[in-house]
Amino acid sequence: MTLWSTVLLASGLAFSLKFLGYVVPHRVLDGAVVSRVSAMLPVALLSALVAVQTFTANGGGLTLDARAAGIAIAVSALLLRAPFLVVVILAAATTGTLRALGWG
Amino acid sequence: MHQPPLADRRRTEVLRQCLSVGVATGAYGISFGALSVADGLDLWQTMALSALLFSGASQFAVVGVVAAGGSGAAAVATSTLLGMRNGLYGLQMSKLLGVRGLRRVAAAQLTIDESTAVAVAQPEPSAQRLGFWGTGLAVFVMWNLMTILGAVVGNALGDPKRFGLDAAAPAAFCALLWPRLKSGDAAAVAAVAAVIALVAAPHAPVGIPVLVAALAAIVAGLLPSRRREDLGDADTSPEDEAPG
Repeated sequence: MTLWSTVLLASGLAFSLKFLGYVVPHRVLDGAVVSRVSAMLPVALLSALVAVQTFTANGGGLTLDARAAGIAIAVSALLLRAPFLVVVILAAATTGTLRALGWG
Repeated sequence: MHQPPLADRRRTEVLRQCLSVGVATGAYGISFGALSVADGLDLWQTMALSALLFSGASQFAVVGVVAAGGSGAAAVATSTLLGMRNGLYGLQMSKLLGVRGLRRVAAAQLTIDESTAVAVAQPEPSAQRLGFWGTGLAVFVMWNLMTILGAVVGNALGDPKRFGLDAAAPAAFCALLWPRLKSGDAAAVAAVAAVIALVAAPHAPVGIPVLVAALAAIVAGLLPSRRREDLGDADTSPEDEAPG
């Protein structure tokens, strides 16, 4: 496979997957159970994504580093009802500062 | 379907979220552009990935597999595995947006973690739509511009990790999920999904752990809701009336 065909094939498949979600007829999605599942899917996927982005190293192994500290600060800020932007900046600043100090 | 217009204050609030997510995520485009060119793709191939594939994790996977000497098929397979969750987001976004024709094509292309997260974080349908389109477009523009910058100047601006930007994305997702977690069912789903993903992570190929965590949503949907009022929080279809 040439590099270009890899690029285009991966792109085509990525779009097809995204589009697939939009062509499922609404009447299939309107049932009570399917409605509850599809409303919960973003919550489950995003929460799993946060866990993976925060606690795993490059090969998938679990790790505790400066990112975990950043997220801990973000959650504390949320508990104190800090606005969105403050939460995001605090997390990045915490993680960046700890790295600059040589941890994680 | 006519929705009441958003109050100016809410509009500003949502747009601020869109832009901050766009900037935080887009900044990573520099890394992608620099890495892609360093790994042997040319400028046009790098730009094509950001514009057409437009899904950060999948793009890094394509470039990573190619750089590691993997086959094109392996690169495509990994990228596709990582892209599956976008299809699941599409199910819910399709209901929230109610789009047809070309707008549906555009919405599908912009369906990524960030646009979905900002949309589902909003209680009212008009804010959900604004959040989706605003974030999708902000990330798209920033991501593509930063990709070009990264491909041309390389990592001259420094690794985004130095600024802790790799913590910015999960922190933003936490903040966006936060209001939903007041519903006990959603909080339980989030917690179980996180645990499933972490248990699976060391043993499963990249992309799979997050997909397996979708089981938490499926089980929660099959179980009868413990309290009637939880249903209102969990179901955010556009027909829902805002709580009075």
